[in-house]
Amino acid sequence: MPERKIRVLIAKPGLDGHDRGAKIIARALRDAGMEVVYTGIRQTPEQIVNTAIQEDADLVGLSCLSGAHMTLFPRVAQILRNKKAEDITVIGGGIIPFEDVAALKKAGIKEIFQPGTYTEDIVQYIKQNVKPRQ
Amino acid sequence: MEEREKLIAETKRWEETTFSKSVSRFPERKKKFESTSHIEFKRLYTSIDEREDDYIERLGFPGEYPFTRGVQPTMYRGRFWTMRQYSGFATAEETNKRYKYLLEQGQTGLSVAFDLPTQIGYDSDHPMSLGEVGKVGVAIDTLSDMETLFEGIPLDRVSTSMTINATAVILLAMYLAVAEKQGVKPEQVRGTIQNDILKEYVARGTHIFPPRPSMRIITDIFAFCKDNVPQWNTISISGYHMREAGSSAVQEVAFTLANAIAYVQAAIDVGLDVDDFAKRLSFFFNCHNNLLEEIAKFRAARRLWARIMKERFHAQKPASCMLRFHTQTAGSTLTLQQPDNNVVRVAFQALAAVLGGTQSLHTNSRDEALALPSEEAVRIALRTQQIIAHESGVADVVDPLAGSYTIEALTDEIEAGAAAYIEKIDAVGGAVKVIESGYMQREIADSAYQYQKGIETKATTIVGVNEFTITETPSEEILRINPEVERRQKEKLNEAKKRRNQEEVAERLSAIKKAAKTTENLVPPIMDGVRSYATVGEISDTLRAVFGEYEERT
Repeated sequence: MPERKIRVLIAKPGLDGHDRGAKIIARALRDAGMEVVYTGIRQTPEQIVNTAIQEDADLVGLSCLSGAHMTLFPRVAQILRNKKAEDITVIGGGIIPFEDVAALKKAGIKEIFQPGTYTEDIVQYIKQNVKPRQ
Repeated sequence: MEEREKLIAETKRWEETTFSKSVSRFPERKKKFESTSHIEFKRLYTSIDEREDDYIERLGFPGEYPFTRGVQPTMYRGRFWTMRQYSGFATAEETNKRYKYLLEQGQTGLSVAFDLPTQIGYDSDHPMSLGEVGKVGVAIDTLSDMETLFEGIPLDRVSTSMTINATAVILLAMYLAVAEKQGVKPEQVRGTIQNDILKEYVARGTHIFPPRPSMRIITDIFAFCKDNVPQWNTISISGYHMREAGSSAVQEVAFTLANAIAYVQAAIDVGLDVDDFAKRLSFFFNCHNNLLEEIAKFRAARRLWARIMKERFHAQKPASCMLRFHTQTAGSTLTLQQPDNNVVRVAFQALAAVLGGTQSLHTNSRDEALALPSEEAVRIALRTQQIIAHESGVADVVDPLAGSYTIEALTDEIEAGAAAYIEKIDAVGGAVKVIESGYMQREIADSAYQYQKGIETKATTIVGVNEFTITETPSEEILRINPEVERRQKEKLNEAKKRRNQEEVAERLSAIKKAAKTTENLVPPIMDGVRSYATVGEISDTLRAVFGEYEERT
């Protein structure tokens, strides 16, 4: 049986409508052979977790440019733990100041990608850190 | 003609001798030089590139049709552009302080940033508002917040631009109500609401209702302001956000004007006379990195819009054909890497906007790839405009780059490229249709992806990002929104709700509902609603109940 592809959910938590980055990442991951679902904008953390479980995602990529990341990213990680789905890796990106990065990692976000990141670096990160579940 | 033939022959001679000798020894940096819109830059522009049709018809004079050379006869020799920094954060008290600071620093107009709950019609205590209150702008729940926001700022003396779309009618009503309390008459009030819902579906994402009722609210505003708030710019038709989302310069002009055509048509369809409302339409463009392309873009947009208004909509008054616009430098070009470099980027972008004849300008701050700007960063951004205005000399001549072979050729190309897109959009039923089908969104996403690939393959150089990099030492002083803001704002909302007459609020909300179900103009009942301290969320919910909500295509 061929190895299952890595399944990714790209999600926009909160009210931020800036989805240029989210769409570019979704497309780059698809081009790199992953299966990608993009939620669209204005998702609650609960909705994102439900979709991630439903879609059997290996990884959730959160994008937020509105400054609400400190509230919304940790909530996604928390709800995943509540639902015993913490094997789904969570990463994030957007307008995120350096000093927030450590706190977000402590809250369960595995990696934060700031502006200027190459899509290729994100692809490599995922390939090295996420194994598709069989 | 003889002169032209001579020049063609001379150019050929130059290419075969001087140029070819040189290029064989020192090849050019690239095989092809092109703009963001894939316009290929020629090596050399000469008078051969000049179109032969009439100078008067294509360029004309400043303040006259087709306004290629600017909308005012004296441009910045009379008065500089309005220096208008977009700002707002946390609570109305804090933002009010920033406004007073900016006015003291010589800023000449206000520009209000609202937080996302205000923009999307949720009160600060709504579950969807979690984490967003006071973040990208100031939180406004009731008229009480708006009173605080403009406390001590006389509304007959400043002009105020408000970046507000789906809930524009509510915030405009609040602004007029504050003016009323200050004793300022609606006809004295000057300012702009963005009120451009179509680009929200395409790029910015603060829509609430489906397109049709949204267009109705917009035409209600046109009609109300024409009679009551004659100095108000009723819409700011925006290419800015589509460009931020990744469009090219040509797409920015094309999609903005295609949306503008949809608004004008909608207003004509409800019986308004084009010459009664068109002079209050305003525009909002981005200014990106490519100096030459950007200068030409503004000139092309002015000429194309003038022609559309005259030829398509048969506008009679010159003011109806004038494309007046605000410019903001391109936020998406700001880099987190070596952030001081952004000061230089912003300066060039601002220069292009001025050389392109902007009416007002916002210059971004160097730290905005990380957070909202600090006060110091905003001051440098404002000083950048003041240096261009007072020191560079470019403001002393009207449309100073006109007649440059290059600029004129690019102006023609951008105009032609945008006109071709508009023709395509017309052929499939206009802007609303192509937005519903996702066409504009796809075109923009494709351009954005190509741009990103260009950076990663180094076809495009971004200084400090893919070339000339250093090991970054994060040491920035950034503006942080106190997490207490959300709690404080919810308290204020509760207090405002306690102070008001509940029965009066209920009555006025039901009057809004009634108007929404008919063709009655929505502005007067919404004005009554805000005067009773009905909240942004309550009024929006009332309209949601009648109009429904838009579902995004993904």
